[in-house]
Amino acid sequence: MELEKYKLGGTHLKSSDFEKGKVLTTAWQPNLAYTWDNGVAIGRYLDELKNGRIIARVCHECHRIMLPPRMFCELCFRPTDEWMYVQDTGVVSTFSVARVNWDASRRGPKEPPLLPAVIEIDGATKGMGILHMLGEVDPDDIKAGMKVRAVWKKSEDRTGAITDILYFKPLRAAASKKAPARRKR
Amino acid sequence: MGMRKVAIVGAGITKFVRRAQETGKELSWQASKMALDSCGLTLDDVDMVTLGTAPDAFDGVHMKGEYLADGAGGCRKPYMRHYVGGGTGVFSPIHGWFHVASGMADICLVVAEEKMSSCHPHPQGAFLTIFDHTTEQPLKPTLIWIFALEMNRYMQAYGLSKADIARVSVKNKGNALDHPSAQVAEKITVEDVLASETLCWPVNRLDISPASDGAAAVVLASERVARRLTDKPVWIDGVGFSIDTAYWGTRDLSYPRYVETAARMAYDMAGIKEPAKEIHIAEPYDPFDYKELHHMEGLMLCPRGEAARLTAEGYTARDGNLPICPSGGALGVGNPIAATGLMKVIEIFLQLRGEAGKRQVPGKPTCGLAQAWGDLMQMGTVIVLRS
Amino acid sequence: MATTEKMSKTTTPTHWDADIPVNYVYTYGLAGEAFFRAIKDRGTFLGTRCDACDITYVPPKAYCDRCLEALDKYIDVGTVGYVDTFTVSFKNMDGSEKPRPRILAMIKIEGTDGGIIHYLDGISIEEVALGLPVQAIFKPKAQRKGGIEDIIGFGPVKR
Ligand SMILES: [Zn+2]
Ligand SMILES: [Zn+2]
Repeated sequence: MELEKYKLGGTHLKSSDFEKGKVLTTAWQPNLAYTWDNGVAIGRYLDELKNGRIIARVCHECHRIMLPPRMFCELCFRPTDEWMYVQDTGVVSTFSVARVNWDASRRGPKEPPLLPAVIEIDGATKGMGILHMLGEVDPDDIKAGMKVRAVWKKSEDRTGAITDILYFKPLRAAASKKAPARRKR
Repeated sequence: MGMRKVAIVGAGITKFVRRAQETGKELSWQASKMALDSCGLTLDDVDMVTLGTAPDAFDGVHMKGEYLADGAGGCRKPYMRHYVGGGTGVFSPIHGWFHVASGMADICLVVAEEKMSSCHPHPQGAFLTIFDHTTEQPLKPTLIWIFALEMNRYMQAYGLSKADIARVSVKNKGNALDHPSAQVAEKITVEDVLASETLCWPVNRLDISPASDGAAAVVLASERVARRLTDKPVWIDGVGFSIDTAYWGTRDLSYPRYVETAARMAYDMAGIKEPAKEIHIAEPYDPFDYKELHHMEGLMLCPRGEAARLTAEGYTARDGNLPICPSGGALGVGNPIAATGLMKVIEIFLQLRGEAGKRQVPGKPTCGLAQAWGDLMQMGTVIVLRS
Repeated sequence: MATTEKMSKTTTPTHWDADIPVNYVYTYGLAGEAFFRAIKDRGTFLGTRCDACDITYVPPKAYCDRCLEALDKYIDVGTVGYVDTFTVSFKNMDGSEKPRPRILAMIKIEGTDGGIIHYLDGISIEEVALGLPVQAIFKPKAQRKGGIEDIIGFGPVKR
């Protein structure tokens, strides 16, 4: 058989076919609201974020200090053993300079790009990274391996959420304010 | 292992389009009917049906396996849906293989479908829900972030540039010009990719496959039946699948170890010792251009960090030593997730039969593989086919 | 100490609230487009028939799900049917009481194997029974948009 010899299905519609009502449609706005139990590990993690601290769990079998904390070790498949506070500093493992929002809409020309990164937290086992944002940094100055520190919300504004950390900023501010060069990223 | 040999004997596919008028059921039917027609079978001949489709949140149909059953030929038959995220399409024939290899079925129809266009404002929005609801979703992530973070990590690990990676997009979109299902086939240059809109650095728009609607299907048969149906059965000689932790921040983002684990499983079963020599043609999953390189390395088709250089040298072109994604891949043909994986399996099926038309690679390949990858970037699925 | 015990003594239970902010626009497909166009433009129902399987689909299908043959000839099956089964709904989606109960029925369309789920209109709980003949009541043509809501419900058959 050769695909070329068949009349293939799949009728392509243009956006204008919808706009001009050439094709009938029905719309649905689902109401998908959820309440997720935090569970033990993430519950404590969030409580400690409210206190301005990051807490990990330790597995005594593989000796990993794990972030985010979890009550079981997925490698050893046994309960983890103890809580341990780690630093609120870390190292950028990888990062992006995002010009789109979560729904693929574009950020406006006046909106700064979002700077998501995987940050390996000091005190946790190497390679235990978490997703968070970078801030107070020129996108062109971000480098993998860069040392960063959490910038916390004011304690009275903290609610016990991952967003109690506003972002991570470089430990040492960039030495000189460069003239705005050609945008690389 | 006491398992029966299983062959692919027929295939069907729809065009991949951004917005299809057909419902998901109708797309499934178009692909299923074509697959049965291609090997002279009717639905009466089919013992069992398996269906692969990715998140319900795309089609906006909860339990869409059940919803799609009648279009997939599943009514009044043993029928089951499988789902391993983006890895689904290559898992589809693996799921069917279990049915036939075990002796439970002589003929199994395998269908894969996706209708992403129902999801508004953009199917990307549905991906928000795959991130951890408490520790990640409040940061408003998009799926592109995770790819951007992985691509950046991969580039750093081996000192690659964006241009090194853009060549994959150029190759695949070009290859797709010869694929009758193609949605975004185009003759472009590396400069075009680099000049396209930056979405999440280092990812530009032309580094990414599109959102698509489409379906694909294959017919699997036991050895006895396959030899009666066709002179050119294509044998499923190896299957593999593996998942890694959903704590993706903990993984080494520069190397897809779960793909390697899945590949080792499939190679062991197929008796492949040196994949780089024994595999003649491959369709790794390429939803983003760097993923093709990442996956070539995970599949051990080349040493780590070498895939970009081989691509630049033309080694992976359709007339190169190891043609990679001769179909045009997700980047060129389009990416209706589950259907893309099965499209890749169909491409290897056709190539090994010498029936790929203008896409046919030279040198009469006899051994090929297709691979897909998904869930929270943690699942690898691999199938090895021989003529 | 048992795992469950360890787990239950570390913290107070908390939760996280959020929603999944997606919405959908569905096409009706090849057969669905024909079905809803006929309702909108002509106030009637279409079906498709597979002679080999001796089955008439309403709403129509583009294919026969028994044999997978293409079905592309649409037949007008009219708007009269009978109550195949029904239920009486007293509550709204949120659990609150409806001002008056509504009868939701599966209407089998006369001469076909297919059916439509919709409300009964102008038929009381005392009158409703399995096998009761009913007929579709449509919105005025100018208000019809091409959707299941173009049907107000099914009422007594007009003679
Ligand atoms: Zn452990
Ligand atoms: Zn039929």
